[in-house]
Amino acid sequence: MGTTDDGPGRSPTATSGQTQGSNGAAAGGAAGGAGGAAAVSAAERGRINHMPGAGTARADAISAGRREMLTDSHRLHIKSLAERGAKRPRIGADAVCEALLRQGVEVFFGYPGGVVLPFYDVLGDYPELRHILVRHEQGGAHAAEGYARATGKVGVCLATSGPGATNLVTGIGNAMLDSVPIVAITGNVVGSLLGKDAFQEIDITGITLPCTKHNYLVREANDIPRVFAEAFHIARTGRPGPVHIDLTKDALMGECLAEHPDSVDLPGFKPNLEGHPRQIRLAAQEIAKSQRPVILAGHGVLIADATEELRELAEKAQIPVAHTLLGVSAMDETNPLSLGFVGMHGWKHVNKTIQSADLLIALGMRFDDRVTGHVPTFAPYARIVHVDIDPAEIGKNVAVEIPIVGDVKRVLMALIPQVEAVAPEARAGYLAEIAAWRAESQKTPWHGSGAWRNGQLSADFVVSRIGEATGHDATIVADVGQNQMWTARYGGFRRPNSHISSGGLGTMGYGLPAGMGAAVGRPDKETWAIVGDGGLQMTVQELMTLVQEHIPLRVALLNNHKLGMVRQWQELVYAGNYHSSHLLGPDWCKLAEAYGVAAFRADSPEEVDTAIASARAVDGPALIEFCIAQEQNVFPMMPAGKGLSDLLEEQFEEPKQ
Amino acid sequence: MSPTGSTPGGSADPAYPAPAHTAPPARALPGHGEAHRHVLVAIVLNKPGVLNRVASLMRARNFNIETLAVSHTDQPEVSRMTITLRGDDVAVEQAAKQLYRLIDVLKVQDVSSDPTVEHEIALIKVRADDRNRGEVLTLADMYKAKVVDLAAESLIVEATGTEAEVDALIALLRGFGIKELVRSGTVVMSRGAGSIEEAVKR
Repeated sequence: MGTTDDGPGRSPTATSGQTQGSNGAAAGGAAGGAGGAAAVSAAERGRINHMPGAGTARADAISAGRREMLTDSHRLHIKSLAERGAKRPRIGADAVCEALLRQGVEVFFGYPGGVVLPFYDVLGDYPELRHILVRHEQGGAHAAEGYARATGKVGVCLATSGPGATNLVTGIGNAMLDSVPIVAITGNVVGSLLGKDAFQEIDITGITLPCTKHNYLVREANDIPRVFAEAFHIARTGRPGPVHIDLTKDALMGECLAEHPDSVDLPGFKPNLEGHPRQIRLAAQEIAKSQRPVILAGHGVLIADATEELRELAEKAQIPVAHTLLGVSAMDETNPLSLGFVGMHGWKHVNKTIQSADLLIALGMRFDDRVTGHVPTFAPYARIVHVDIDPAEIGKNVAVEIPIVGDVKRVLMALIPQVEAVAPEARAGYLAEIAAWRAESQKTPWHGSGAWRNGQLSADFVVSRIGEATGHDATIVADVGQNQMWTARYGGFRRPNSHISSGGLGTMGYGLPAGMGAAVGRPDKETWAIVGDGGLQMTVQELMTLVQEHIPLRVALLNNHKLGMVRQWQELVYAGNYHSSHLLGPDWCKLAEAYGVAAFRADSPEEVDTAIASARAVDGPALIEFCIAQEQNVFPMMPAGKGLSDLLEEQFEEPKQ
Repeated sequence: MSPTGSTPGGSADPAYPAPAHTAPPARALPGHGEAHRHVLVAIVLNKPGVLNRVASLMRARNFNIETLAVSHTDQPEVSRMTITLRGDDVAVEQAAKQLYRLIDVLKVQDVSSDPTVEHEIALIKVRADDRNRGEVLTLADMYKAKVVDLAAESLIVEATGTEAEVDALIALLRGFGIKELVRSGTVVMSRGAGSIEEAVKR
């Protein structure tokens, strides 16, 4: 069987090892984190975000490394230009490279162009920085997101002014809605030409203003060190999000005398991490009173690295755990208390549990309309405890009884000791009722899919086989649409952060580039992108990047020759008026091979396992085209404007002939 | 507990078992209560683009600004915005919290229910000639407004007061013919020794 481990051309672990090694002494005096991180060998550095059993020495070293990564790392000594043997003044572009290194960036995704050429001119002097040349800036932004979500670090992408910058916007918006820490860097025309409609000039900070956590226009080289320190701090602190830095060409070229600051001064940015003790006490009282509690786990649980605490709380008080789309993998799905995926395409038993709950404990989630449906009918009997780090999320979509503003991990650590332990027997009736609902909701082998009945290849079968074949340890990145829902429902996720998806913005074309970033960030983990034929045609050019950079991403294409989710809505909501939902695609295997990507194809259920095994055996990127049933729907489905109790379910029909 | 409680009212689905101890009505949608006028004071960093960030946020989040006044404070690096808007308490609280998310915003306070001094200034250019100038002057005097410019056919009244007081004077002057009107938007300060600005000083 093929391996996905170190191949040629993937050197970030090696270079980071050097950096670590050469600075062990310098790091000594600082907080204990540095020593712990240094103890992790270079080859294992990529594993830093994966949590082994709590209490082991390895877990301690890893969490120390993670703490270091999550705070501003100023300990790294960055070689000066003189030490690098460059005989030239230090310019703004040098300050950018130094700032990236100081923030622990090993790899970033970029695309050159006129005004950022001064940066590319000096980049060769910083071999520790791996630059991945993407084929489209949108791919670069999504790759930075995939990298950030797979590693927990800040992802970085770079583009030139004008069209390069506007191409980043979709990725920036996606990161905003999914709270992903990325720093997007763009160039702009020289300061004296700003506002003159110069070649490739666009007011990009005006464009990104509403879709970033913060943005900067830098016109002066000496501002670069401060702005970068602030940008990374803002991106990763509190509720993470994208920060955009626009650098004029003269800022990149001008001489920079400013030193990198050791701290940031942002009086208007002080996220509250600790939950209020009184609110936490009230939450514990609510849990003690409730007969039918449910936890609703969101992305915040993964961001805060609170998956252990989530399991602990659930097991201590015997509370079943549902998760949102971005909360997939927050809890091992084999845990008996793990309920599954909630919402518009969630499992029926999960939605029923929510609708009958008397207490909802919402952790790091924001009551998106895809979760609640029609708010007046959402969880009608439940009191709600809502934990979120962003105060603006409290009461935004749903009024809640017990708001707690804070980091989910810290809140849970304070809450768990106050929660009364509940014996499984005490909840036996409740849990048995849910189990009966679950048995009913999952009674067919492939619930919601009739495809298997008439011998066609069924997408949910493909997704579950990929999960099985990879031992439920691979990072699986979904695109958007039906493939995304099948992945969330049938992927079988056990490891935290093993599921990545574009939730808030729903960006088609996300899967391939985000998968690329995830594979680069976690070379120790097998990475799959599960995409549809519509989304893949939006960003297919990144196959070339996979080949050039030898990134071992496995692309599973679920090809139904349709914009499947659009077609599904047209069938169910628009009376079968199938306008513009059928689309042609290329011969995918030929196309992949033309790019130099190994390609496989499966037309029937019998071929699925062989195709997966063949793709896994490839040293490098691979693509499998799964020719799935053309009119398969995702069920159940909550029609827009309806509530969680109004699920549409599959109508059993004889195969059409 | 028994799942066979009474069927709740509202839109809850009776097919799902009702916990015995609660049967609440339909869940309230935040922001759909009775709208009132609110006054928010925001202390912000005096940086380029801050006004744009605030305005853009209010537009994107669907809050309707009625007036907005911005100026420096005693600290040169800090500016103060007074924003009046209409909405229910939850919606305005949401607006304040969204403003807080901006990195350049230091403090936001809803002072609507606090004891405050609230003023705006208006310059009103009114048609007035020899026949009715006296009447205009009398009205202005009754509202403690000043006449700051005088011409043969018109005069400019400078009025200060709460929004309602200025509204009232404008309504009275409208009969004479208003040629031009400019209002500064409300500025507000809490009564007593407390200071919003001091709260953000470190």
